Amino acid sequence: MGEMTEAITSAAPSKARRAAPIGPGRLLSWTLFIFGVLYFALPLIGMFEFSLRKRRGAYSFDAYTSVLGDPQFQATFSYSLIMSVVTIALGLLLVLPAALWVRIRLPAMRPVVEFITLLPLVIPVIVIAFGYLRMFNTSSFLPMTGTVMTTNLLLAFGYSTLALPYMYRAIDNGLRTLDVQTLTEAAQSLGAGWFTILFRIMLPNVFTAVLSGAFLTFSIVLGEYVFAALLDRPAFGPYMIWIGGNKAYEPAALAVIAFAITWGCMGLIQLAGRLAPHTRAAR
Amino acid sequence: MAFLEIANLQKSFGSAHVVKDFSLGIDKGEFVSLLGPSGCGKTTVLRMVAGFETPSAGGIHIDGRDVVALRPNARNIGMVFQAYALFPNLTVAQNVGFGLKVAGVGRSEADARVTEMLALIGLPDLGGRYPFQLSGGQQQRVALARALAVRPKVLLLDEPLSALDAKIRVSLRSEIREIQQRLGITTIFVTHDQEEALSMSDRIVVMNGGVAEQVGTPFDIYNRPQTRFVAGFVGTLNAFEAVVTDPASGAVTLDGTPMELGQPLSVPSGARIGIALRPEAAHLGRAPGREVVLRGRITEVHFMGSVIRVRAEVAGVALSLDTFNRADTPPPPVGSETEISVAARDFIVLGR
Repeated sequence: MGEMTEAITSAAPSKARRAAPIGPGRLLSWTLFIFGVLYFALPLIGMFEFSLRKRRGAYSFDAYTSVLGDPQFQATFSYSLIMSVVTIALGLLLVLPAALWVRIRLPAMRPVVEFITLLPLVIPVIVIAFGYLRMFNTSSFLPMTGTVMTTNLLLAFGYSTLALPYMYRAIDNGLRTLDVQTLTEAAQSLGAGWFTILFRIMLPNVFTAVLSGAFLTFSIVLGEYVFAALLDRPAFGPYMIWIGGNKAYEPAALAVIAFAITWGCMGLIQLAGRLAPHTRAAR
Repeated sequence: MAFLEIANLQKSFGSAHVVKDFSLGIDKGEFVSLLGPSGCGKTTVLRMVAGFETPSAGGIHIDGRDVVALRPNARNIGMVFQAYALFPNLTVAQNVGFGLKVAGVGRSEADARVTEMLALIGLPDLGGRYPFQLSGGQQQRVALARALAVRPKVLLLDEPLSALDAKIRVSLRSEIREIQQRLGITTIFVTHDQEEALSMSDRIVVMNGGVAEQVGTPFDIYNRPQTRFVAGFVGTLNAFEAVVTDPASGAVTLDGTPMELGQPLSVPSGARIGIALRPEAAHLGRAPGREVVLRGRITEVHFMGSVIRVRAEVAGVALSLDTFNRADTPPPPVGSETEISVAARDFIVLGR
């Protein structure tokens, strides 16, 4: 009986608290939230508004039509798009087997592999780029900068290195959600070889993770300047820098387009996760 | 040579000898259980047969062919895992048909085999579902169908029932046994659950410390354990110490009560010897044919429905005995003095 009375009295004040007007704590959280929203939204709104002002005295999409109609934009954007697809494929072929192998056979090597994949974040891109130029210039034993095709390939290798930390973490996190060891053994006992295990079992199950790694790679390739500039390739990064220094309204329009692409990609990842039938249980 | 022949198999991980000189021959269509506590090497033996571990020494022959050098995907074995290991991105039908697709079996034949397998496990309508939409028991049945679909030479079951709840476990073990017998497939079943091993197997291999302690039928293993470990691990056992009075005739005294065990003993007169009794061999009160009568005091009574498990202190030992429930005979009260009768030949002499 004593316990019951205590329970009733302790429940009463909480009811009173719920009914009370917004307290100072709540007010502070709302203020911080609104401040945060404004902090992120205002510059974007400002930039968008500025990008519409190309025509004097009226809002228009002139800057956008100018950017989108610019043949150089089209050329550099498509070049970087193709490069990002090549980079994603390279990264996937490099990282998926490596991450799987580390999980199944060399778990003790995990810290070493993680450290190696983090190196591109620590070593400045300019150092890697100069290293490449030194190793693969036309008078070296492997003159990859000698032709356009091999230079493109070299650039894709460089991009893959830059994307390594993101790609590895994304895929490794995806594999963490699976019982990789047992699934591999189950597939092997059913006669499957490594190719089947990688592409019919592992890849579909870490697809959303691969997609987020791919999207990060795509953003990196789209914005990368140093590699492309030093290897003198017509990529989107150098174009953005050039347009930023030479035009007024177009850079803002380009930034808004870049944001739209980014958000579009995020939406696609969400959509892919939602549409994959076997992942419905996870939510 | 047996259909599956394991000869002098050894496996070490660093300095740890997990499997020491393990040999076993399994006939075609036989169901053999490897039973033992954690770390006894039973799963390692199974994994060596599957090809997931390479033996440090010894040979494995399946249907006359040495498989030690073969990769797991070339051994034609079916395996069922404790964690089901169904591919989450494939439907039930695709999971079952996975091995057939890998083997390049034609579509119509594969579809027919999948339908046949789903009927075999009693889930003919669930082909379109994904693994996450199934219960644990259903998932494990699909895993069994997947392993059987490729018509393997040997079926390996690695504690397939351990992750399931008790009721499903009991029903699934009879289902597995029935399917195994119907297909006549040679099977190795790894378990630490003696009840599973006793109820399902043609033969049981009791393993301890990387060696096979005893190989025999469930009846033999339970009733004639050859080592102290087997006697203690399989079933409940009441162990006593008796004093040998005549080794040749097997005469001993237990707490002053003389009895003849009916077998010659290998220890000298006056020495102490370990003997043991199964709970069902002891009888509350006197009974015809049970000539040894021991006095004891009831310490615990557990009413379990059809069976009543009674604990009594007898000869300084807490003795467990099982008696069937009878509506007209209530169990004895705790603390009461009682007589317990036993047939001397029911005592198990504990060896090494």
